[in-house]
Amino acid sequence: MSAAKNGAHTFSIEKPVYLSFTGAIAGPKEGKGPLAPDYDVVKQDLKLGQKSFEKAERMMMKEACDLALSKGNYRPEDLDYFIAGDLLNQITVSGYSALNYPIPFLGIYGACANLTQSMGLGALLISGGYGERALLATSSHNCSAERQYRYPTEYGFQKPCHAQWTVTGAGAAVITADVPPVRITTVTLGELADLGMRDPACLGTAMAPAAAAAMVYHFEETGRDPSFYDAIVSGDLGQVGKELAIDLLFRRGYNVGDIYNDCGTMIYYPHQQVNSGGSGCAASALVVLGNLFRRLSQGEINRALVVATGAMHSPTACLQGDSIPALAYAVSLENETSQ
Amino acid sequence: MEYLLAFAVGGLFCVIGQLLFDLTPWSPGHILTGFVVAGGILGGVGLYDRLIEFAGAGAALPISSFGNALVKGAMAEAAQNGIIGVLTGMFELTSAGITAAIIFGFFAAVIFNPRG
Repeated sequence: MSAAKNGAHTFSIEKPVYLSFTGAIAGPKEGKGPLAPDYDVVKQDLKLGQKSFEKAERMMMKEACDLALSKGNYRPEDLDYFIAGDLLNQITVSGYSALNYPIPFLGIYGACANLTQSMGLGALLISGGYGERALLATSSHNCSAERQYRYPTEYGFQKPCHAQWTVTGAGAAVITADVPPVRITTVTLGELADLGMRDPACLGTAMAPAAAAAMVYHFEETGRDPSFYDAIVSGDLGQVGKELAIDLLFRRGYNVGDIYNDCGTMIYYPHQQVNSGGSGCAASALVVLGNLFRRLSQGEINRALVVATGAMHSPTACLQGDSIPALAYAVSLENETSQ
Repeated sequence: MEYLLAFAVGGLFCVIGQLLFDLTPWSPGHILTGFVVAGGILGGVGLYDRLIEFAGAGAALPISSFGNALVKGAMAEAAQNGIIGVLTGMFELTSAGITAAIIFGFFAAVIFNPRG
């Protein structure tokens, strides 16, 4: 057995799998944020010249995928899987993007946890010997997500101060069995947590317990301590959710201190008026596949734990009085050359 | 004085709305319909017209005035034509506003594209 299971949630990826090539496409607001130098492309137009925001999002995902493929000089046929997910109904963006690549397609939905869900699934497949390479992708668009989950932006809905701003962007990655140095070493698959949150503007609070739980499972089942890592990032909890996650971890005996940050709070400057911070699949995709991947491959940091978080928010279920369950998946990335 | 009263009363409506928005889990849709229903009830018992006399546009402009107009139209028509008047009179006073919303909404949708 090449991928050994530690405890109920964590797998050690024993046959090496690497995060080898990435593509990060950012929207205009994200391009003015502090991590802008690490994005491959910054779009100046929210619509990318398309007729709708949904089509623009599709175009961003395709561009991110093509970029990741071209960096490795791969043709789509060289890949064994295309694993992708997004926020729109029927994962429309991923489904239509898959039309461009004549390879087996696995559509996933972990809401904003799509990045680590696809990375975990891909790593398990490849480490298990079922393939050599996989293309992963996820995306979100402020205007398409706000329209579907809350209100169209033209409606002028007043956002409460704890609300978040959906990140516009797309990220893609090629994971392989043979292109080092950034190795995917463990995958922790979290379980759904529902603490009865009902406010669709406050998803960071709904997701924080799931993020903390996934981290605790990871630490307990691997025997690692937060200090093992140079950086720990959660997906899109925002400022409010991040503080809650720190508190929850502290109560379980883990002091994550300065090494922990949240992608939603890293992606924008405070003056960019995003209230509690960024959210959406692209929050973790842009930060991890842009900034974190560069720092890991250059040896600026050597070990990182990525805990993307997703709220299984359904506007219909919410209107019918249901609460919002959440989940998180943790993936550890390590620079092999430093060990 | 007239202007000041209109400003103060209209502003008070907004304060109530903002407090409901900030302190309750209700959505903007809930709060909007709440104002319409509250205006309808106040109109039904004859209080809303007195508020309009007192504050002018301050009471006539907020969405609660729409609820008042719905009820007043229905009551006036019901007084003339019996119970069927509740149905025929409901939009009597508000038809200009509703039709304007539809027409202007239509033209805005034809002419403009959303820009985010």
